[in-house]
Amino acid sequence: MSNNILVIAEQHGGVLNPATAKTVACARQIEHQTLDLAVFAADAAPAEHAAKLEGVGKVIWLADAGYAHPTAVGLEGRILALAQGYTHILAPATSFGRDVLPRVAAKLDVPQISEIVAVESARIFKRPIYAGNALITVQAPPGIVVGTVRANAFKPVTESGAACIEKHETAPDQPEHTRFVSLVGGSGDRPDLQAAARVLAGGRGVGTQAGFADIFKLADAMGAAVGASRAAVDAGFVPNDLQIGQTSKIIAPDLYIAFGISGAFQHLAGIKDAGVIVAVNTDPNAPIFEVADIGLVADLFEVIPQLEQALSNRAG
Amino acid sequence: MKILVGIKRVIDYNVQVHVKADGSGVETDGVKMSSNPFDEIAVEQAIRLKEAGVAHEIVVVSIGEAEAQEQLRSALAMGADRALLVHTAQAVQPLLAAKILAAVVKREHADLVLLGKQAIDDDACQTPQMLAALLDWPQATFASSIQVGDGRAEVIREVDAGLETLSVALPAVLSTDLRLNEPRFIKIPQIMKAKSKPLQIVEFAELGIADTPSLRVLKTEAPAGRQAGIKVESVAELVGALKERGLL
Repeated sequence: MSNNILVIAEQHGGVLNPATAKTVACARQIEHQTLDLAVFAADAAPAEHAAKLEGVGKVIWLADAGYAHPTAVGLEGRILALAQGYTHILAPATSFGRDVLPRVAAKLDVPQISEIVAVESARIFKRPIYAGNALITVQAPPGIVVGTVRANAFKPVTESGAACIEKHETAPDQPEHTRFVSLVGGSGDRPDLQAAARVLAGGRGVGTQAGFADIFKLADAMGAAVGASRAAVDAGFVPNDLQIGQTSKIIAPDLYIAFGISGAFQHLAGIKDAGVIVAVNTDPNAPIFEVADIGLVADLFEVIPQLEQALSNRAG
Repeated sequence: MKILVGIKRVIDYNVQVHVKADGSGVETDGVKMSSNPFDEIAVEQAIRLKEAGVAHEIVVVSIGEAEAQEQLRSALAMGADRALLVHTAQAVQPLLAAKILAAVVKREHADLVLLGKQAIDDDACQTPQMLAALLDWPQATFASSIQVGDGRAEVIREVDAGLETLSVALPAVLSTDLRLNEPRFIKIPQIMKAKSKPLQIVEFAELGIADTPSLRVLKTEAPAGRQAGIKVESVAELVGALKERGLL
């Protein structure tokens, strides 16, 4: 096969985003001759990390201080220049990849395959639609294949590789029309809902804003992010940015624990890709029990302190 | 300033989607259709910019079959001034949608384009970015705050690393995220008033868009259902089950 794949790595603050190793894993499932990784970064660290990813033939490190906060418009031209000679361009389907890659696809006059979850062949892929309520198999037309990869669908490659790093001193094409102003970190020290490995969420059953304090406390003990159902947000227990559901945040943690959430399908669409779903609800007929891997019919306010106790015993 | 807002007609987000038994797509017969929720947020934002005196006209655009006029009418009822339907019976993927919108933007001389960050049917999240690229305009996607003044828009974007602020010169394409606003409720008198607002239908062929490569959809299937789970009787059993799975 004469496929040549270019993966656009993502780094933030000099750290390679773990979604990159998962995107490489997807790329490796496509028959290929070469698999190169492009890293846009001020520091060497992300490129050095990228070089260790198994299966990567060469790391192309675009080095410039301007890549500390790259913009989609600033990367578009660079990626297009690199694209020559490649049959596939892949990026993680993170906010970074989703921002820049469609610009590249449009300029190449090819459609983009978003959120690839499975590779059928070099030009045929599976991707979810309707918030994961259906899966489609799509075939790319002739031309470069451009796609973003849903990280949670692939296991990261190991870090046993030793690819060569080709350094290019290249500044971003930053037009005056777009200026980076600032970046404020996520919700304090708490893990990001969409990136967290563990998520605890509350629903209407939590009852009050104060009730959520218990969930936050347990979440802090577990290193988990906190989410909520639409009902809990509408009731004013927590702000809207914690909402999980089809039109709000779609999450895929390894562990998801739902406290007092009945499980409207709109919410279930947002947690479909979770590894293990645990439901705690006093109503044994709550629909969430139909999708939960582990169900416990109980009062969440009795369960949460017991869970905290169990965790602290373990720590001790 | 003239704002153009794109609206996609999609299956209502409160409807449970079912895949057709023959794998040819999802069931749409007799299914409630609505405006893509993120697009409604874009309409609301445009109206707020008009109410603030920043914009003078809001043109809403949809692409598709004649039925999409319903969604345009509801945007007119919310407060948009004028609507335009690019009529076509073919399936429109994001690249083609972006080309159609680019053609409309040029005809209308829009200063700002607001689009939902993503459509809840194909979940592609491509059209705003592709449109910006085709027009060679700046973009700010996933906006949770938009301030317009002095020919620029300052946009707070919801990115994985937190909240990023970008300043973009107009004209620009902005895509709207959930937290930007809450679309207003439409009252009956506004629906009546919207009936008399202009709604123009343009045939797709009139736009002179060249053949656009598209993805061939080979199959639609239901995702693998989750394995039936277990019920535990106590927190101790729950902790045990989580430990067994290596999660605690």
